[in-house]
Amino acid sequence: MKTVHKIPQAFTDRPTTYCPGCPHGIAHRLIAELLDEMGLTRKTVIAWPVGCSVFGYYFIGTDAVEAAHGRACAMATGIKRAHPESFVMTYQGDGDLASIGIAETIHAAARGERITVVYVNNGNYGMTGGQMAPTTLLGQVTTTSPYGRDAKANGFPLKVPEMLAAIDGPAYIARAALDSPKHILQAKRFLKKAFTAQIKDLGFSLVELISSCPTNWKMDPVESLERIKNEVLPIFPIGELKVVEGVK
Amino acid sequence: MGEKVLMKGAEAIAESAIRAGCMAFFGYPITPQNETPEYFSRRMPQVGRVFLQAESEVAAINMVYGAACTGTRVITTSSSPGISLMQEGFSYIANSHVPCVVVNVMRGGPGLGDIAPAQADYNQATKGGGHGDYHSIVLAPHTVQEAVDLIYLAFDLADKYRMMVVMLMDGLMGQMMEPVEFPEWVDVKNRKPPEWATVGQGDRKERNIITSLEILAEGLEKMDLALQEKYKKVKENEPRCEEYMMEDAEYAITAFGTVARISKTVVDMAREKGIKLGLIRPITVWPFPFSTIEKRIEQIKFFFDVEMNEGQMLIDVKLGVNGRKPVYYYGRLGGVVPTAEEILKELEKKIGGAK
Repeated sequence: MKTVHKIPQAFTDRPTTYCPGCPHGIAHRLIAELLDEMGLTRKTVIAWPVGCSVFGYYFIGTDAVEAAHGRACAMATGIKRAHPESFVMTYQGDGDLASIGIAETIHAAARGERITVVYVNNGNYGMTGGQMAPTTLLGQVTTTSPYGRDAKANGFPLKVPEMLAAIDGPAYIARAALDSPKHILQAKRFLKKAFTAQIKDLGFSLVELISSCPTNWKMDPVESLERIKNEVLPIFPIGELKVVEGVK
Repeated sequence: MGEKVLMKGAEAIAESAIRAGCMAFFGYPITPQNETPEYFSRRMPQVGRVFLQAESEVAAINMVYGAACTGTRVITTSSSPGISLMQEGFSYIANSHVPCVVVNVMRGGPGLGDIAPAQADYNQATKGGGHGDYHSIVLAPHTVQEAVDLIYLAFDLADKYRMMVVMLMDGLMGQMMEPVEFPEWVDVKNRKPPEWATVGQGDRKERNIITSLEILAEGLEKMDLALQEKYKKVKENEPRCEEYMMEDAEYAITAFGTVARISKTVVDMAREKGIKLGLIRPITVWPFPFSTIEKRIEQIKFFFDVEMNEGQMLIDVKLGVNGRKPVYYYGRLGGVVPTAEEILKELEKKIGGAK
């Protein structure tokens, strides 16, 4: 009999605690599959964020540290510099990375830090109840933009990969989406390149994963995926923004 | 051991840290301690170790935190405003039980203050500073040689208790040049990450997770109590104190760091005048050496606490004395260093009053 489906070994036995319809589980799964396939599980340290995925280490079974809010890239830097043999990655949401942690992220990228960042963008602060994030779309209603995000008052959605692609340190920068099987498979290919950039010692790598938040968006899971396609991806287009030679 | 070399305090502590087996430095420029990271930046590459100038003190301490999670010997140095920025990291480090060394070359505050030597971060350093019930071991050298020796002790204590150790200094000690002798190099060749380190599971049976998070109150209380249990051991085993001319003393100055050094001169001057004065100089300001106060309580007419702040260690001295004898205070603020003459004058006023 041919195995067509199995649970990645890098997963623990613990069921995830995310809301119904939340794509964090998909993002975790892609990482776990790659850790298996690339033989990295026992070499890996993941710096987890503050946010919905704060307990990510319950679900992905590698060595792990729990960073302070926004500090995962700094912590990962410390681990990688002290122990370069480890495969070091961070997993961060858009509040954690693009707001409070943007300085740590930009400077880790500028230094070409040999770490890999998985950046999950669902356009709001999920864990704290759906507040406005730097990535919230114009007009989007959140608990702290009750009249919709207004550019004059709140500025514009922050496009992190575009910013990072403009500096020299990164080896691989891409944006993928978790709204459809096709995009999910593409996300895995992008993540594999990001992992490869670190393994080949080429520089900093980051993949943004456009995600949804059915609970705080007050939509059912299918509607929320539709919204990604119709409203989010036109503002946050998917694709590879920087690929240095040597990343395959 | 061997020959003495003339060195600035700021550079001597860096060289000492390297010889003590420090494998990584992360920090951010701030006056008055820039000679220390500059020295590290020259020396660390020469010995194949890590020097990294971070984008901020916030990032620096979280790099330290990350490196500490690998179990390596890691250090950062900064000065008061920078140390304030690091407090979040200190709190996480405490509840994660990871070892590191932090040097605070204190300057005048609050706010941007000035860059002159001060001691106004005593409370911040000894009472926690960040959020939550935690402590760090805090060492307060009063000479460059002592700073060199205490750096070794700092790394040993950090590893022994898996906690942060702070060196509380000031700009005066950093700028001062003194002849120093370095202890033997610590051999780091065969050092491996400890069993608890997060460096990838490798052949370990269980994976390691380092976190300060526990969402259930009862669970967090257990973690908090485990921390307190550790602090209890530190308080039992690690208080250190120097007593100077205390055997027959009738009056005792209490002082740490730079002011303690000046106070030794005050004691000598007082003795020449026939005043039986001594000095109690805490080397660990946390844990505070309460037993030394206790030992001397009977013989002392009054304690005279001298600091370069508004009387922060004073509270600990008073706790130790517990109302049994008078405790007076004299201090200068804002980065002003008191002279031996002015301290003695103030002390003599109290003696006059005590007659």
